[in-house]
Amino acid sequence: MSEPRLIEVRRNILKQNDVIARALREQFRDAGVFIVSLVSSPGSGKTTFLEKTLTQLQPRYRVAALVGDLATENDAVRLARSKAPVKQITTGTLCHLEAAMVQNALQDWDLHQLDFLFIENVGNLVCPSAYDLGENLRLVLMSVTEGEDKPQKYPTIFNSADVAVVTKNELSAAVEFDWDTARRSIESVRPGMQSFRLSAKTGEGMTEYLDFLSHQLAEQRTAVPS
Amino acid sequence: MHEFSIAIGIVEAAMDEAKQRNVQVSAVHLRLGALSGVVKHALLFSYEVACQDTPLEGSRLLIEEIPVMVFCPQCKEKRLLESVQCFSCPECLSPTGEVLQGKELEVYALKVEE
Repeated sequence: MSEPRLIEVRRNILKQNDVIARALREQFRDAGVFIVSLVSSPGSGKTTFLEKTLTQLQPRYRVAALVGDLATENDAVRLARSKAPVKQITTGTLCHLEAAMVQNALQDWDLHQLDFLFIENVGNLVCPSAYDLGENLRLVLMSVTEGEDKPQKYPTIFNSADVAVVTKNELSAAVEFDWDTARRSIESVRPGMQSFRLSAKTGEGMTEYLDFLSHQLAEQRTAVPS
Repeated sequence: MHEFSIAIGIVEAAMDEAKQRNVQVSAVHLRLGALSGVVKHALLFSYEVACQDTPLEGSRLLIEEIPVMVFCPQCKEKRLLESVQCFSCPECLSPTGEVLQGKELEVYALKVEE
């Protein structure tokens, strides 16, 4: 046997996912649909938040959702109440969604018939951060009951996201949630990140957030050369 | 805990490169960014399991941890962050989100024998 030697290979481990995500992003752009992915802890109120989002966007926009979960179709059933098309992706034991799962789930959907597609990731603030799903906007959701320092506890996911939403604001007083502290925590891991404070339950703050989404869609469509 | 699927990806990439060159791999060198979302200890453990019953069984995973580098718009300089909890220039304390390095998850070299 010859002497051991070192060879350079340079292989990105997530390349396969990135390639699929890039193809998805092009497909979404061509279809004129705006993709929002949602990441959060389990129990942060992601499904309620998404149900309200779908319901309130529907008079003006054609919306749909993909929902990732380890098991059960409960979330899809809840979201179906919004009357929007919803499909569940059951990941089994996998703790995050990957681009290929999104691609498979969308095979029989005509994206040209949609304005917004929401992808709800598995409830997890660690693993989804590295997986690009081809989304236009990654939204990280936290609730006031989780504490103001959530961003600093999970800097990687907050750093990978584009916008933060703090929900369950109706419980703010009960849990003595301090918005300025939360805002500083967000700012320390993602300087300049836009954030919204709202209550999906009472509807408080939803308009500002929904207007933001409308604006994002309009911007994406004007950016696309016809 | 997605380190096991990452470990499988590393083993597959290394096996693929080794097969093309007809060599035996004794160590895999990995660059792991502080923002990769991967935990080093969990990855080392998963790697051993992922290698079992493959040509890489018994090989070592050598991890080079890559700190986050940002561009400071105030100093107009590249700066290494001391912590991923604080995206501010360590010199002038200006906030900055312009990440230049730190998301790596890359097999960059293999130690091999013919």
